[in-house]
This record gives sequence, structure tokens and C-alpha cells, in this order.
Amino acid sequence: MFYPNLIRERETIMSEKNLRYSLYLGCVIPNRYPFIEQSIRNTFKELGIELVDMQGASCCPAPGVFRGFDIATWLVIGARNISIAEENEADITLGCNGCYATLLEVNHQLKHDKEKRDMVNKHLAKIGREFKGTIEVKHLIEVLYYDFGIDKLKDYVKIKFPDLRVGVHYGCHIIKDSSHRPWGGEFEEPRFFDELVEITGAKSIDYKDKLMCCGAGGAVRTASLEVSLDFTREKLENMRKVSVDCCMVCCPFCHLQMDLGQMQVNDKFKDIIGESYKLPIIFYNQLLGLAMGMNPGDLGLVAAHDLKGVPPFISIQPFMEKIKEQMV
Amino acid sequence: MEDLKSDRILEIKDDISNELRKAGYAEIGACIQCGNCTAGCPSGRRTALRTRSIIRKAILGLEEVLSNKELWLCTTCYTCLERCPRNLPITDMIIFLRNLAVQRGYILPNHLNLCRMFYDTGHGVPINDEKWNIMRESYGVSRVPPTVHTHPKYVKEVQELISSVGFDKTITWGKYAKKEEKAEQK
Repeated sequence: MFYPNLIRERETIMSEKNLRYSLYLGCVIPNRYPFIEQSIRNTFKELGIELVDMQGASCCPAPGVFRGFDIATWLVIGARNISIAEENEADITLGCNGCYATLLEVNHQLKHDKEKRDMVNKHLAKIGREFKGTIEVKHLIEVLYYDFGIDKLKDYVKIKFPDLRVGVHYGCHIIKDSSHRPWGGEFEEPRFFDELVEITGAKSIDYKDKLMCCGAGGAVRTASLEVSLDFTREKLENMRKVSVDCCMVCCPFCHLQMDLGQMQVNDKFKDIIGESYKLPIIFYNQLLGLAMGMNPGDLGLVAAHDLKGVPPFISIQPFMEKIKEQMV
Repeated sequence: MEDLKSDRILEIKDDISNELRKAGYAEIGACIQCGNCTAGCPSGRRTALRTRSIIRKAILGLEEVLSNKELWLCTTCYTCLERCPRNLPITDMIIFLRNLAVQRGYILPNHLNLCRMFYDTGHGVPINDEKWNIMRESYGVSRVPPTVHTHPKYVKEVQELISSVGFDKTITWGKYAKKEEKAEQK
């Protein structure tokens, strides 16, 4: 269990070191939403946080899907990924709530359960790898909030967007299971992501069932697209009621569900939703980069290709217009 | 007067609840069936998923808990686990029940295909079209990400591990499921 005083201790220890992390990409970021990868790499570079690639990393494997099929496989493949970061001698940072759930949980279980660790290492030995338990796993939101520090981050903000109304979507696994997360056990009303959004001057607008799941996780998107989209429809409706300019996410699977899923909701539920939803979905590093005065073209906000059938499926132009208005 | 006949629960087996106990979830017996889990479940709002009922059936060892498709409608959002007044790791138990379901052959064809994809590529969502490489380049990141996609030897490592654990048996059985599906479509 993490407690606030422990967190503060850890924070001071970290601030004395140079920040250097293994960047774990996962599946959706590099293979479907590469503009998120661009925004992560460039904002971290600007902040002076070093990122080391994890050569040969696979799917984490996904906590709802593959953990649900076979826990032993999930542990072993997860441990292989962690072992790559151990070779890098750098803690893992990542931008996906699902990967966070898997790698944090696998790392925690294997560090504390010798029987499991022996089982996993027996398998890993066959490919010449080993889980040593020498690193930690941190969401990039956690790195920005604690390790880099939200106060220091404020000094990097050059432009503020006071007219921007943001619907913050945390996603589930960045907060829960709260006993293994670094937010002091808070799971009903967390504030850390809202605070990170608000340092850009933007307003985090409260909306009904803000912490509700996007509907994609737990293998539900694969099991029943309709059920999963009904979650998304409800979230979109609740955000429309408070008229936000964009939905802010810190997970590519939530991003996919709110973006691609939004297009599918507009199609499948057109008889009940009235007007189609046109809510731009923005990843946190994209907004942060803009506030730091970076070029939108370096933050995955400008598409320099003419490909069809690729994200973003819902235009982010209304968001960009809103930003431009406030830059003048 | 005649005795009442049991026409609801024909047989109480304990193997499912025993498996839960063996896996370290002995506290499932502490469930008081209060229904907090069901009340906070965002999936239960729109589907027939009733978390309280899943836990009850698991305690009773009813096979239907594994064969009901509702088991796969939990998005693992962990709200039930957080709010459980008995501190039961409900979501983790559901994930473990899914493992038991898969071992007994209760798995959706879509999920088996996902396993196959994972085995073949090392990714749940792989780069399976050149447009994704072109898209990557257009955003100024490497054409091929520094993952299993960089070299076949990494995919081999993943496959060796999957076989070593024995999960490949489930995936091979996925191939049959695929064939059956195709036969049905014809």
C-alpha cells in the first residue's frame, strides 16, 4: 500500500537523479495511434527526460484479454517485457492504462511472491532471460506528476488556454486497483489528472459519471462491440451535456474507443443520439506540448499524409481552432 | 404432505470454489451477498451481468457461471473491488473464473482469434498493413517501432514462452474454431 508520506519521500529521492526511463510502447500507440508516440517523445525531450527504447518488446499482454485467458502466460510474457527494461537499467514509463495495469501488477507480484518468480524464471531461462526485480513501472502521468513534479512542470508552461473546456477521462487502470497505485488510495475522486490539465490554464469540467469506464477494456470490445459502444455513448452524452471542447485521455485504448468508437456510435446508435457526436479526443502530452509553446506538427496534431481509414476518425479541428483563438 | 423437490439447484459441485480457494481466493467465502458490486457495475447497467450472482454461483460451484456469456461482459474497471465492504478482490476473481472457463472450453471465437494474432505477431494489435508504417513515418517516428516488429527472433521468443507455459494448446484449438466457423459460413 502506498501512503502520501511515502510518496513524498520517493519524490525527493527521484528529484536528485537525472530522469531516465525505458519507454514501453505497447500495441495501440505504435501500431494505430503513432501521433501519441510523437507527442510523448517530443514533450519528454523538451522536458529533458531521457527515454530509452525497449528493443523487442511485445504486447504487455493485455490485462483484460490475455490475463483473462491464462494468468501464467500473462505473467511470463509480462516478465519478459520487464526484463528488457531491467537490461536498460531504467524504470519503465508508459502511456497506456492497460499496459500499466499489466506491467505494474506483474512486477509487484513477482517481486513479492518467490514461488511465482521461480516459475516465471524457469520459463524465461529457456530464452536466456531473467526477471530480477530491479526496476519500477510508472505511468507517464505519474512521472510528470511526481518524478518530474507538477510544480516544476508549471514553469515550462508558456501559453495558457483559459477558454478551453476539457472533459477529463481518467480511464480505469491508472487509478484502480488503488492499493497498488501511487495516488494515496484515492479512487472515487482523484484530482491528479485534472491538476495536470489545469496547469495549462484549461478548465476541467465536471460531468456525470466522470470516472466511468470507456467500455473497451476487459475483452468487452472483442466480446460484444455493441455493449462496449453503449458505455462510450453514455460517456459522450454526459460530456455533451456540459459542452466541453475536447475529451482528454491518457490511454490509447480509451483514445481508440472514444475516437473510432465515437464514429461507430454515430452510426450504430444514430436513431437514439439525435445529432452526431463531434468531440475531439486529445492525449494529455498533446495539450501539454501546446502549453509549452511547442509546434502542433511535433505533437501529432497535424496529419502530413493522405491515408484513408486511419485515426483520428473524429476531426480535432474544432479543438485546434479553440487553441488558435487563445494564442493570438 | 409431500417433501419439497429441489428443482433449481440439481447438484452442488465444489470444484469451482475449491479452485478459487487453491488459487488464493479463499476469502470468497466471506461474501455477504450485499450487492454493492452489482450496484456500481457500469456493465450491469446495460447488460444481464450481475456480479453478485457470479460470486454466488462460483461459491456454489455451478458450471453455468463459466458458460454464461455475461462473464465476458465485465470491462475489469475494478469499481466492485474498490467498493466491496468485505474487501474481496472481486475483479481478480472474475479474471480467474475466466481462466477456468477457458480451460473448460468456454471461450468466444473472437477471443480465440485474438490469441492466434498474439501468437503469430507478439501483439494484440499488430501492424498488419503498410499504411500503418507510412502513417508512423508521417508523424516523424521510426517506420518500424522498436518492438517485436523489428526482428522475427523476438516473435520466436514470445512463441517459445507461450509453448513453454502450454498456452499454445488453447491457441491450436483456436485454429479448429476458425475452421468450424468457416465451414458454417459455407
